Amino acid sequence: MSGMIEQDWIWGFVGGLMIGGAAGLFLLVNGRIMGASGLLGGLVDGSGWSNAGERIAFIAGLVLVPPLLVPLYDTVDTHITDNLAVVIVAGLLVGIGTRLANGCTSGHGVCGISRLSLRGIVATVFYLLAGGLAMALARHVLGII
Amino acid sequence: MKRNVFSFISGGLFGAGLLVSGMVDTTKVQGWLDVFGDWDPTLAFVLGGAVIPMFFIWRIAERRAVSALGTPMPARPEPKLGHNLVIGSVLFGMGWGLAGLCPGPAMASLSFGGVGGAVFLLAMAAGMVVAPGVRLRIDRHAAA
Repeated sequence: MSGMIEQDWIWGFVGGLMIGGAAGLFLLVNGRIMGASGLLGGLVDGSGWSNAGERIAFIAGLVLVPPLLVPLYDTVDTHITDNLAVVIVAGLLVGIGTRLANGCTSGHGVCGISRLSLRGIVATVFYLLAGGLAMALARHVLGII
Repeated sequence: MKRNVFSFISGGLFGAGLLVSGMVDTTKVQGWLDVFGDWDPTLAFVLGGAVIPMFFIWRIAERRAVSALGTPMPARPEPKLGHNLVIGSVLFGMGWGLAGLCPGPAMASLSFGGVGGAVFLLAMAAGMVVAPGVRLRIDRHAAA
């Protein structure tokens, strides 16, 4: 069991390197910051239509490439809760919050922290604390997840 | 065209990394946030793996005026911490904790995330549609 956990850490690190590589490629070649919420949000609210093609191509890769790797695994499951009310509230919070903050785990987290950007670091501290608090309340106090 | 090809490759590598790292699995993300439960440190390895190469890539990028395809490199944002950064990050964190999904993995898992994943993505997009209105209200409130 402990061996399995350590393997998760190694694959986590390997996957992390791939994520960093993707962010680096997007920055050095396209000159863009790889932020998932900004890339999608700019399409959804119209603020990023001037480079819509680049955004759509990125999202197409993000959506279409993972299923090509799924056959390499025994099972791939997001284990998302069956409670659709929780899913909807969570989705709305993530959508509104990331756009207000101008970034999420990829933009503020990966790209912001590595640039030693004060905004990225502060955002990451707040979403980690809020996530931990939401988890503690929803799981250990309310028992809804 | 070249721009879209490299954009697709970047998105694909990002999605592959999210799958390989386990970040498309909400139990791993919630396990990281659940400090009072069965804590799972995997997310720290993922973030570390992503931040280390990017730290060096930023050093290269900041020495250049334009990217390989001629786009000006993104300017360093003013180190200004507005209320929207804090309020938005708190709201995002709450949603992230509740579902265990952030925007990248929500899109990367669309093909195998089932109904729950699709509902999350639609709700997230709806949140992004109303966000500019929410921002206006908060700004008006802060100015008053």
